[in-house]
Amino acid sequence: MTPGVETILEDLEHATGVEDLQQVIQALRDHFGVDHMVYHWVNSDGDQYGCGTYSDAWVARYLEKDYLKIDPVVYGCYQRFHPVDWKRLDWSSRAVRQFQVDAIEHGVGNQGYSVPVRGPNGQFAMFTVSHNAEDDAWAAFAETNRRDLILIAYFFNQKALEFEPGRRPEQTPSLSPREVEAMTFLAIGYSRAQVAQTLSISEHTLRVYIESARFKLGAQNTTHAVARAISRGLIVV
Amino acid sequence: MLKYLYADQLEDYPKLRDTMFRDRADQFRDRLEWDVSVDDEGHERDEYDDLNPLYVIWQRADGTHGGSMRFLPTAEACMVNDHFLDLTDGVRIESPLIWECTRFCLARGAAPSVAAALMLAGGEILEGFGIRHLVGVFDARMVRIYRRIGASPTVLGSSGQGRNAISVGLWEFSRDAQAKVAEQAGISVELSRMWFEQAFGTIDAPLALTA
Repeated sequence: MTPGVETILEDLEHATGVEDLQQVIQALRDHFGVDHMVYHWVNSDGDQYGCGTYSDAWVARYLEKDYLKIDPVVYGCYQRFHPVDWKRLDWSSRAVRQFQVDAIEHGVGNQGYSVPVRGPNGQFAMFTVSHNAEDDAWAAFAETNRRDLILIAYFFNQKALEFEPGRRPEQTPSLSPREVEAMTFLAIGYSRAQVAQTLSISEHTLRVYIESARFKLGAQNTTHAVARAISRGLIVV
Repeated sequence: MLKYLYADQLEDYPKLRDTMFRDRADQFRDRLEWDVSVDDEGHERDEYDDLNPLYVIWQRADGTHGGSMRFLPTAEACMVNDHFLDLTDGVRIESPLIWECTRFCLARGAAPSVAAALMLAGGEILEGFGIRHLVGVFDARMVRIYRRIGASPTVLGSSGQGRNAISVGLWEFSRDAQAKVAEQAGISVELSRMWFEQAFGTIDAPLALTA
């Protein structure tokens, strides 16, 4: 039995250093039941950091061979903001095929999904899950989990930004009065239709408010977002 | 055809790039009289064009621009949160699962089918990348066009009157809307998907066998 994502995200919220991120990413890897999960970022000064579950041998090999220069995942994510299934990348050149063989031999897996994140002042990051699986099973996994993975990638990055040199402590993210109202009505048990009607907005608009509040609160789903809004004193019920 | 290009890929398509930024000057400065900046080359550009956004562009047979729009994730610096909070009830719309869509532009005389093709591309982005919502900024004329092509947004708010009005609206993916919009565009859903895969790669090819 692995801890639920909500519990793991609480740990992420309270992380104070790279070592904590390592614990969190291992727990998330176990939760999603994939072979590997890696988060790698470059801060605004160009310094690189990482945490993840690749073997030390593979990390050393990657550096020794300078694979960064040919890795199609890096090439496919740099300066981009759309997530990529590794299948969509170009693995056709000889050097890249050899790199892939080497990666698979080191247990990276034959499948992967990577989410690029672009922070302020040139900060950027990549969040990756990789796994050994048949195409159909992987496609089903990616379809089911991609939105959670995208959100988690950004949650990691928000945390990494707190570790940026010279950065002031993060303020509790604020919700606008409209979001506070929406979350309050949800907290006291209104259905979405009732909340939309009470606020005189469409349900579509409400869905966007909730999606946005969920992200600001670092939450996994609506219930988790409501719980976080209460625990931070952003809403009172 | 539909091209999906990040700003740093536009240099490979100089004709498409130049005609797009000139058509934007023609639409936003000359026709709509918005307070936009046009550079020495006659290109309408703003600070968001410098953030390496993703453009979706209708490329005509002669290689020129027929219509376009510009995407950025709302989790980054973006236009709706910097400039249009008064139209979103003060809510900063912020999520990697919500992208903004701005500078919706049609070349002078472009057929409504071009607008439909661009909306079809919006659907590919929603479906292909797992994005839940698009939040768009558009002028009054587009409201009628969106309705006509079967892709009316949920309007969050509008400012200004008549043809000078600017609105912020929301779209989600729906299979029904996609079918309607494809018909209006005169493009099959399959062809639209092929253009998306030309830009972002195909999922069907077995890994390591893509020649």
